[in-house]
Amino acid sequence: MSQTAFYLISAIILGGALGMVTSRSLVRSVIWLVVSFVGVGALFLLLEAEFIAAVQILVYAGGIVVLFLFVIMLVNLNELKRVEYLHRQWLPAVLLVCVLLAELGFMMWAGTQGSEPPPPDQISAALRTVNGGNIETIGMTLYTDYILPFEVVSMLLLVAMIGAIYLAKKRV
Amino acid sequence: MDGIGLNHYLILSAMLFSIGAIGVLVRRNVILVLMSLELMFNGANINLVAVSYFHPDLTGQIFSIFSITVAAAEVAIGLGLVIALFRNKEAINVDEFNLLKG
Repeated sequence: MSQTAFYLISAIILGGALGMVTSRSLVRSVIWLVVSFVGVGALFLLLEAEFIAAVQILVYAGGIVVLFLFVIMLVNLNELKRVEYLHRQWLPAVLLVCVLLAELGFMMWAGTQGSEPPPPDQISAALRTVNGGNIETIGMTLYTDYILPFEVVSMLLLVAMIGAIYLAKKRV
Repeated sequence: MDGIGLNHYLILSAMLFSIGAIGVLVRRNVILVLMSLELMFNGANINLVAVSYFHPDLTGQIFSIFSITVAAAEVAIGLGLVIALFRNKEAINVDEFNLLKG
């Protein structure tokens, strides 16, 4: 059952990604991107990471996509319609990425040969039911063990916000 | 979860990363290059969460939260740059920004 779910979700993710990369219209690309993001969220649910799935839907499919749509509406769409949409270098680029994919696949196949991790039925009990559910466990870990990285990342968000406002101001 | 091991997830994330890399290298539009960058971030996040599931440790999920945050900051800065560039040069394609070319 979950095998079918995995292959279905993978098809949704990869189909959305391919549609985004190959679509000529920018708005259609964004819609394909939403499809891909929702697929990744479903994959996180399949991996029993409910909090990450919620964050994925909220931040990516909610926030980032709306930001992209705003910027697409700010720049001139009529200008974009008639330009050719591929770089001159598209064929070498695709070949290079195929080589990269082959390398990654070989690395993963060779790296996990003979040391495949055990099926998650017996290993996951300790992970998820410490204090109730996944969200509570993540909250406890985030605010005790990882409090310093959490603060650093909040500073990063503050800096990014100031920088984005400064860059998009009228007279830079 | 019968028959679906860690390798399946790793291969899926590698494929998503490769599609994002193709988008970054091939398309001329700056906004679409940024969107492909988000796909590559998503591939990395799938890796982190899958490893955190198969080796029972919550660190992968925590790290993917940080990665999502960095992606949000990156897209805010990137789109601010796109708006500033468009305001100054009236162009949106990456090969038209050649002011620094020697």
